[in-house]
Amino acid sequence: MHIPEGYLSPQTCGVMGAVMLPIWAAAGKKVTKILDKKNIPVMAMGAAFSFIIMMFNVPIPDGTTAHAIGATLLAVTLGPWAATVSVSIALIIQSLLFGDGGVLALGANCFNMAFVAPFVGYFVYWLIVKFKANKAIAAAIGSYIGINCAALAAGTELGLQPLLFHAANGSALYFPYGLKLAIPAMLFAHLTIAGIAEALVTGLVIFYLQRVGEENILYRASGNLRGLEQ
Amino acid sequence: MKKSIIAFIVLVILTPLGLLAPGSAWGEWDLSEIKEKTGFIPQGMARFNEIIRHILPDYGITGFDKSFWQSALGYILSAIVGIAVIAFIFWLIAKLVPEKREKVL
Repeated sequence: MHIPEGYLSPQTCGVMGAVMLPIWAAAGKKVTKILDKKNIPVMAMGAAFSFIIMMFNVPIPDGTTAHAIGATLLAVTLGPWAATVSVSIALIIQSLLFGDGGVLALGANCFNMAFVAPFVGYFVYWLIVKFKANKAIAAAIGSYIGINCAALAAGTELGLQPLLFHAANGSALYFPYGLKLAIPAMLFAHLTIAGIAEALVTGLVIFYLQRVGEENILYRASGNLRGLEQ
Repeated sequence: MKKSIIAFIVLVILTPLGLLAPGSAWGEWDLSEIKEKTGFIPQGMARFNEIIRHILPDYGITGFDKSFWQSALGYILSAIVGIAVIAFIFWLIAKLVPEKREKVL
């Protein structure tokens, strides 16, 4: 789901960057308010986990690949704002060091994977938990919907390119496939395999976190699961 | 802490499994794949492609990708470098937070 360099027009990158700036500012403020210094190692572990889980490409039946993000997992454990910070840092490292996702496309990629995915996932989790459902299952369902909303956002950003930006002869200047191809392709990968991978990883880790004792460093990440306000 | 570190080491060693999935992600093709698919390279794509150079492009060591094992080694190295840089950034954040405030960022 990492949109590469040159796939989005500079205008699109600018708009998405402008959208992300206030979100990052709000995330910084919220995290400062909610978490204290002792939570930094757990946020770091969240970012590292998200970074590494994105390296596990899974095969999609149409011959392409996709991957989980871990966005909802971080949102449920650390809160959605901290998830935005941690996943954004993972995405910045990926684009700068490894060329995974464009540097100019960071606004768009962070919007999809570090904002849409954790917030939608957290919202769905929060709704389901209201009905006294199992938290691991609620988080798994939330993460499945979260990653698919992120895929929908990425497909929309890509699919708008040929519509909005083309040369005088009508040929595409940037990403060449329109909405009718981009959205189904992005959703197919995540509705079938990547979404299930995301749900499994999320559900299993939450199931584990609910059982860690106070001696475990991850105990700090399980406060939300134990019903504590962090 | 020990358990978490072991879990991360296991994950890092297993990352090359992610190389086994055939093909590339939809919408993440390089310019040659784009040309193959559409018959041309959109001007803007060619212009902005590679505006910066990466130390481990595509999570691999340049030129050291002749076999699965070489790619796997590059992939594992990338995972280690990535985690190290993330740890460093959060260490910096922790340093920058004044001790008295006890708050992040």
